[in-house]
Parts: sequence; structure tokens; C-alpha cells
Amino acid sequence: MGGLLAYLVSLVIMAGIFAVFCLGLNIQWGYTGLFNIGIAGFFCIGAYTSALITLPMPTGVYAQYVQQVFGLHLPFIFGLLGAAVACGIVAFLIGIPTLKLQEDYLAIATLGIAETIRLIFNNEQFLANGPQGLMGLPQPLQNLVSPMNYNYIYLVIVVITMAVVYFLIERAIRSPWGRVLRGIRDDTLSAAMSGKNIFHFKMQSLVFGCMVMGVAGALYAHYTKSISPDVFTPLYGTFIMWVMLMAGGSGNNKGAILGAFVIWGIWIGTSFIGNLLPPLLQSRAPYFRFLLIGILLEVILIYRPRGLLGEEKRISRMSD
Amino acid sequence: MAELFVYGIIYGGIISLGAIGLTLSYGIVRLANFAHGDLMATGAYVALFMVTAVLSWIGIPDYTLGPFSFGWRMVIAFPVAMAAVAFVAILFDQILYRKLRMKDSGPVIMAMSSLGAAFILRMILLILWGADSLFYRPGFMRQAIDFPLQITIMPDEILILAVVFVLIFLLHLFLEKTKMGKAMRATSDNQQLALISGINTEHIIMWTWGIAGALAGAGGILYGIDVQLNPYMGWDLLLPLFAATILGTIGNIYGALVGGLIIGVVQQMSTAFITPTYKPAVAFIIMIIILLFRPKGIFGGKN
Amino acid sequence: MIILKAGNITAGYGEIDILHGVHIEVESGKIVAIIGPNGAGKSTFLKTAFGILKPREGTIMLKDEDITELQPDKVARKGMSYVPQVQNVFPTLTIQENLEMGAFIRDDDYSKRLEEIYELFPVLKGRKKHKAGHLSGGQRQMVAMGRALMVDPTVLLLDEPSAGMAPIIVADIFEKITEINETGVSMIIVEQNARDALKMAHHGYVLAMGKNVLDGAGDALLANEEVGRLYLGG
Repeated sequence: MGGLLAYLVSLVIMAGIFAVFCLGLNIQWGYTGLFNIGIAGFFCIGAYTSALITLPMPTGVYAQYVQQVFGLHLPFIFGLLGAAVACGIVAFLIGIPTLKLQEDYLAIATLGIAETIRLIFNNEQFLANGPQGLMGLPQPLQNLVSPMNYNYIYLVIVVITMAVVYFLIERAIRSPWGRVLRGIRDDTLSAAMSGKNIFHFKMQSLVFGCMVMGVAGALYAHYTKSISPDVFTPLYGTFIMWVMLMAGGSGNNKGAILGAFVIWGIWIGTSFIGNLLPPLLQSRAPYFRFLLIGILLEVILIYRPRGLLGEEKRISRMSD
Repeated sequence: MAELFVYGIIYGGIISLGAIGLTLSYGIVRLANFAHGDLMATGAYVALFMVTAVLSWIGIPDYTLGPFSFGWRMVIAFPVAMAAVAFVAILFDQILYRKLRMKDSGPVIMAMSSLGAAFILRMILLILWGADSLFYRPGFMRQAIDFPLQITIMPDEILILAVVFVLIFLLHLFLEKTKMGKAMRATSDNQQLALISGINTEHIIMWTWGIAGALAGAGGILYGIDVQLNPYMGWDLLLPLFAATILGTIGNIYGALVGGLIIGVVQQMSTAFITPTYKPAVAFIIMIIILLFRPKGIFGGKN
Repeated sequence: MIILKAGNITAGYGEIDILHGVHIEVESGKIVAIIGPNGAGKSTFLKTAFGILKPREGTIMLKDEDITELQPDKVARKGMSYVPQVQNVFPTLTIQENLEMGAFIRDDDYSKRLEEIYELFPVLKGRKKHKAGHLSGGQRQMVAMGRALMVDPTVLLLDEPSAGMAPIIVADIFEKITEINETGVSMIIVEQNARDALKMAHHGYVLAMGKNVLDGAGDALLANEEVGRLYLGG
């Protein structure tokens, strides 16, 4: 029983981390209509920033194997905040040239950015140890309980973070600011004509969304205790989050959370596929599982684009 | 440096084949096709399958032709793989994009579904061939020919360049001289007017995917001959492809050719100054610069 | 004989209806002008007649065939042609190619027809290889009409053919329209330039707020005081 409970806890932690991420993605896509494919880049920056803030600089023998550009050895909460701030800054810088572009160009541009970020972390050893990445990330409150039971604490941390983010976003969305965002998403032409500075709103949406994604990245880093650039490929690091959001319902925060849990559940559920395959193919089991996720996305897009909880999008064809 | 330039032309030619297909589909179907790189990869792998499996089953011999690294099998596999990718491209349109078109989905949903298609294609390649890099002819020592200015070129690469230009020339003839080609150009110019003139635009769209797919497949095979095969090659080519397409103006075939060559040359020559792994970033920076200062590309805008 | 009959047409964009129960008929070989203020739904009517918009209610009969549900490319094959007001040529195609696209649905040798079109619009003859996008407004309009005429249509729909043209060109275009009609082509012309349109037309319809207001013979409407005051001022 203990084993099963521990397993469930780890499931919920991961789903919760993805849920936080999807909440951030929802601000950009669900509420503002920005198609940001470069989200892996922010996951990456969030994770690395938190890591570098909470890790000490390597000393002694260790320093021969690990290079970091800085290591502040500060508590976890600073890591989280630092991750948010770093992502916010990067989002701002990225937004300046790209937010003026039309939607599909924005997607291409954000893709390039994510790839570039990953290349930089992979290549520049001095930053954060290049391809080997960083290990031994400290976990908050880890001295309170035995390592075996630590995940329960982390679960609480993730759930609290998720709840806080959820409530913050819900408040923001119900405000006049949120209404403008939705106006931009549904009918950019009319929104522009009503005199609102579209660019500023899009930028705010981009920055806040990315800050939330950074927090998710930090949560991920401290859960797994080690990170490397491979984790954040736009392939794996991005795709599944989009499926989560589309499945749960873009434009709906509860949908974002629900989608994260449902898709993560499906992902875990398909892990039996490995056992069905002949031994030679077993190493390819993840590809089968990803294939199913990909097909699932297409099915959602064709048959139920609003997802489980999403609102019906009223598209005004006159503005096209 | 001169050698980097020459190699840039060759690599750029391969990019052009993909960019032309991308610009065609973007111009006519209004879809930023994130799966285009993976269509190229699919072509490379179908050819691999033919060369290593199918054609050996039916007993085609495997010796190499002349100074090249391939033999009769590749000569047969090449057009077959092109046709296969054309088929795959049309198939994806019929079961995916067309349905979304019928529902009047916006460009972002379409782009997202092409992202999904890219993913699906790549996973199929990974399932069938695994993640390791493969070669059409492993262990083959390719001779180089010496040219002045300290340039060495492989015979393969000269042929690649020739194939690229032949294919583009054939496309040019098709678009300029045939009724269907002109109808495609018309649809790219003004889809509604084409419909009004009695042109069945869905039919045109199928042709577009077929041609875009065939060219992508060709480009993938040539890349495989020149470099290697890898299931992620499609994704790695995507940024240079988009950069070339945007640089050359969306919808402009000749622009895509020029764009491809420019991207190829700049990427290769950049390796003299920065680490080669940043090559995709170079393409990306060019693309951002174009989008900021001349978003309609070199050749002006679509009307 | 009534060659085109649109009855009880209610149509619009998205959730908004522009036309409400409109009736318009065209007698074979005649020119019908549709006039009225901006936003009256004149262009919307043409688009609906040609199948670009689906009417919510009403039917469109071409000769004796119900074409209400047909897509534009199918309507084109029934002998009706449509010249939109804007974006009515293929800009990167040459004049010759634009005309060839007009003949896309023809299986036969249309070189004779091509000659006829060049005779009708001689200014295009010396510019066959010019790209349509580089032409002047008047020349473009001729290419647009030529394109639509390549199929020998029975009915031709023209959406504001004189829009944005200099007066000399306008006179030229209207002259061509009469010439075309004399070869037996029935036409509907939507025009802002109500006076000139009514002068050419055998019959005219006045639309306002998406509804029929008045109709009658061309010269009768011209002479009508109320029409003159409300719609012919400009």
C-alpha cells in the first residue's frame, strides 16, 4: 500500500507541475490567442535559474567537473521567484520583436527562440555545465522528514503553488484587463479599433504567462533534483503541454488543470505498452506512447477543439 | 572560405527544395506547415527502406555507379520515394487539414495540427528505425575532387546540385507552361477568383501537396546522401526552411530558391566564426531580421 | 424569357443578415442595374447569386435550374460569370494567362474566343505578356471582364465596374458593357454611379437596407423624381 501511495503521490506531483505550466500557457493561448511554441525555452530558463540560485558554487574537487556561471545557495523560495523574474525578463525581450508579427509567424519565431536557448545551454559550458547539466539540486524543507517521505511535503508545495497561481490568474482574468485580453483573442481588429494598445496587452500576457511557466520549471527542477538541456527539447518538453491544454479546454483555467491531469494520466496509463512489445522493440516504447499522444491531439483538434471544459469560440468571420 | 561558400550552395540547394514546397503550400493552403521538415525526413527514410530492403529483395544489384556513393537502387528508389512522400502529404491533407479547412479553423489551429503531424511522422520514423543515425552506404569512402582556391567537392555533391536544378527547372516548366501549373499560380494569387473562374480549388490543393511533398522527399534523400539520416533531421531543418521561405517571400517559388541558397551560404560561412552547432540559430537570426525590417521578404509582397 | 430569377433572398455574413427577402429577375438579353445607397446589399446580392454566400432563405434559378446550393466553381460551369469589384485579376499572371484562366473550364479550342476578347479590348493586345498587377485601373477592369467572358457566359454579373476610375475610362467601360450586351449576354450591373447605370439598363432595381424599394424600366427610373432626389444626386 505504501508503494502505491508513493506512486500516486509522484503522479500527482508531476501532473501538478504540468498544471501550473498549463495555467501559464493558458494566459497566452487560451486568453490572448498567442501561439507560443517556444515554451520549452521558458521551462528551461525557469529550471536553470532556480537551480543556479539555490545551488552553491562548486568548490574543490567538484569544481573540476561542474561549471556554473553563478551559485547563490539561497533558499527555495528565492529560486522560485528568481525563475519567475528571469522568465519575465526574457519574455519581455523576446516580445519586443515578435509580438508585432501575425500569429503563425509568432509561432515560428518562438520556436527559433526555444531552440536557440537550448543550444546556448547545451554549448556554453560555463553557464550551467553544458550537456551534463546540474545535479544535486536542494529541495525545500528536506530536513523535516526522512527522504522516503519527502514527496508528501513536495506534493503540498506543488499543490499550494498551483492553488496560488490559479487564484491569481482567476482574479486577473475577471478584471477589465482580462476582458481586453479576450477581446484581442476573439477579434483583434475590433479590439485595435477600440483604441486599446494591443501590443502592451499582448506583452503583459506573454510576460505573465512565461513567469508562471518559469515557476513550473523551477518546481520541476527541484522535484527531479537534476536537469540538463535534453529535458527541454521542444519535442518532448513542449508538445505534451499543448495537448494538455487543448484537451482540458483552452480559455479555461480549470480546463488547464484538468487537461494536465488527464493527459498525464493517459501518458502514465500507456506505460504498459512497453510490456506488450517484443524485447527488441522495447526501447522504442516511448515513441509508441508519444505517437498516441500526437494522434490524440489531432483527434481533439478535429472533433472537439474546445476540449473538455473550454468555451465555444465565437469567431467573427467578418474580421478576416 | 571559398569551400564553405561552395558547400553552402549545395546545402542551400537542398534547403531550397524544401522551401519551395513550403512556400507553395503556405501560399495556396495558407498553412505554416511545421511538418515539412519531417516530410523531407520521410523521403530519406523511404529511400533507405527501398535501397536496403525492397530493392535487395527483388534482386537489384548494389554496386556503386561511377564516382558516386550510390548505385542503381538509389536511382530507382529516388522517384519512388518522391511519390511516396507526395502521397503522404496528400493523405495528411485529406484526413487532417481539409477537415479543419471545412470547419473554417484559423491559421493557428491549422499550424498546431501540422505540429501534431510533424510529431506523428517523427514518431513513426523512430518506431521503425530507432534514434541512431544511419547512412545509405555506411563506411563508404567518398573521394573528393580538387578544384582551385583549395576547394574540394565530392562527386555526390555536384550531382546533388544538378538534381536540385533539374527538379526546379521541371517545376518551372510545369508552372509556366501547363494548364494545371497556371491554375496553381492563379490560386496562389487569388484563391477566391480562381474559384469564381471555375477552378476546383480543392483539386489544386491536392496537386500542391503532391508537388510540395515530392520536392521535400527529394530534398530529404539528397540530404541523406550528403550527410546522414536521423529521425530528428526534419526538425533540425525546419528553422532554415522557414527562414528561407520567409526570406524569399511567401508564395514565391524563385524567392524560395534564392532564400534557400542565401541561408545555406550564410549558415556555412558562419561556421568560420562561431561554433557549428549554432547554425540553426544563424538561420533564425536572419529570419528575425527579415521579419522585423522587411517582413514581406526580398521579393516584395503578395498583392 | 427570364434567364435569372432570385426570389425571397435573405443572406448575410456570420450572424448578420444584409439582405431581407430580395427579389430580382433578369430577362434574357437584357441589362439589369441594381442601384442604391452604400450598405444596401447590392454587392452581397451578387455574391449570393454566384454562390459565394449561401442564402439563409430563398432560391436562385438560372434558366430552369435551381443553383441556390451550388459552389461558385460549379455555378461558373452553368454559364454564369462574375466580376468582383476588387481583386478581380490574378496579379502575377500575364494578361494572356488571366484570360486563359477564364477559359479554364473549356475543353475546346478557344483561340477564336481569345481573338474576340482582344478585339473587344484592343488596348490589351499589345500587352499580352504584361503582368496584370502592373496595369492601370482601367486596363485591369478590362482584363477582369475579359476573363469572365472567355466562357461565353449567358449571364454576366458585374460588381461596380466603374469604381475608382477616371471619367474617361468610365465612359469607355460602359461602352464596352453595351457592346457585350449586344452580343446577347444578359447582365446584372451593381453600380454606385446610378445615373450612368440606369442609362444603359433595360431594367433597374433600387435596393436600400437590404430590401427592394423600387424597380422599373431604366429610363422610367431615371425620370422618377424620388429616385433622382434620393439616389441620383451623386
